[in-house]
Amino acid sequence: MTRPGPLGIIAEVTHRCPLHCPYCSNPVDLVAAGEEMTLLEWLDILVQARDLGVAQLHLTGGEPLARSDLVGVVRAAHDLGLYTNLITSGISLTPNRARTLKDAGLDHVQISIQAADAVLSDRLARTPAYARKLAAAAIVKALDLPLTLNIVIHRQNIHQIDEMITLARDVGADRLELANVQYYGWALLNQAWLLPTKAQVQRAERSVRSAAARWGRQLDIVYVPSDYHEGYPKPCMGGWGARQALVTPNGDVLPCAGAARLPGLPLENIRRAPLAWIWRDSPLFNRFRGFDWMQEPCRSCDRRTIDFGGCRCQAFMLTRDAAATDPVCRHSPSHTVVTECCAAAENAASAMHHPRQTTATPPTVTGRSRSPSP
Amino acid sequence: MNTETIAAGTEDGRRPALRRHFGLRWNDARQGHLLVGPETVVVLNDTGAAIIRLCDGRHSVDDIVDALSTAYTEVNRDEVVSFLSRLYRLQLADE
Repeated sequence: MTRPGPLGIIAEVTHRCPLHCPYCSNPVDLVAAGEEMTLLEWLDILVQARDLGVAQLHLTGGEPLARSDLVGVVRAAHDLGLYTNLITSGISLTPNRARTLKDAGLDHVQISIQAADAVLSDRLARTPAYARKLAAAAIVKALDLPLTLNIVIHRQNIHQIDEMITLARDVGADRLELANVQYYGWALLNQAWLLPTKAQVQRAERSVRSAAARWGRQLDIVYVPSDYHEGYPKPCMGGWGARQALVTPNGDVLPCAGAARLPGLPLENIRRAPLAWIWRDSPLFNRFRGFDWMQEPCRSCDRRTIDFGGCRCQAFMLTRDAAATDPVCRHSPSHTVVTECCAAAENAASAMHHPRQTTATPPTVTGRSRSPSP
Repeated sequence: MNTETIAAGTEDGRRPALRRHFGLRWNDARQGHLLVGPETVVVLNDTGAAIIRLCDGRHSVDDIVDALSTAYTEVNRDEVVSFLSRLYRLQLADE
């Protein structure tokens, strides 16, 4: 039987972005604007995606609104029957733009917020964005479009969980996604500044549980745990090449945002090969499918069908072996790499009480300082 | 992204309503109905899709069972209730 196509496509339509978040999930080598695919190229991908059975299109970036032709992508996706999800900073979302997108068939908007207050939020984004984000949320609500607020949580904002939940209720969000930062690219560079303590994580989780019990009917709260503290890996992407494909601004098609950095995997590009072949037949998408590639302890572990060995990119970054067990797993022979980071975070936490904390410059010098120019 | 395969097939509900960020879509390539939301795709069988279409906040569980009975023979009320309770649990719909 032919392998079913992906359920979702994550479309990074541009890497341009007005924000400079220290945990940006984009690759450290950003795609320049001049290499971006045209609208026609995206439309061709959407047709191929529909033919493969894709049901969802996630429009992300960078900042997808940085593309003036975004509405064309939304309209085409809608006409092809895809559920369209706009993942945006909200910065440049005007009422007119939002109306145009809704009329084109946009199904859902996800707005990222950096923290529950303007001072911290703007400090994290390195740009005065908070007020504009709330304005964007109000625009979305005024159009009666379903809205998710998305907040990446980490050491600098994890104390604000209750306020974040209140904020989501105040803006009338349908969903709130509270995602512990994942340590790739920019976030890995800034890990010492981002990794919370175990006690902080546990406090956050208590807040989420209690809020979900109280408000779960009106607000769907999605919590993405801190895999460094869980002791077990996340089922990254639902398994390699199992459910979703990511397309970068220049047409690379990847099983996940980090896959391009894995060694020995030939990159595939939609400008050179059809989506169906890349998904079904390419060495890239087949490399970590199924269970045969696994080493011990994954190979004989009952959890292999739950977490699929965890994240290949995290395994590579922390062990230099992309086929190793994800080291966040307590059964990984390299698990001490993670426990040592967590131990350092516990010690740093006590240093946080030092008066110098307010003057110390956070290591966000590694944050993306500007958008790539053409 | 969560995916769940659920088949119509317990807990009573009054007038079930699909949460507004979910939509029912026919997927031609898969020749099946999908319930799609921002981070979720639920694969439905025909009966499941027929129930979802009636989860609009206006039809009661009895209405849904009656409507299904006109289209299908041997509709089991317990199975409908069971299917609905799974929708509630997955936060796809509310009573």
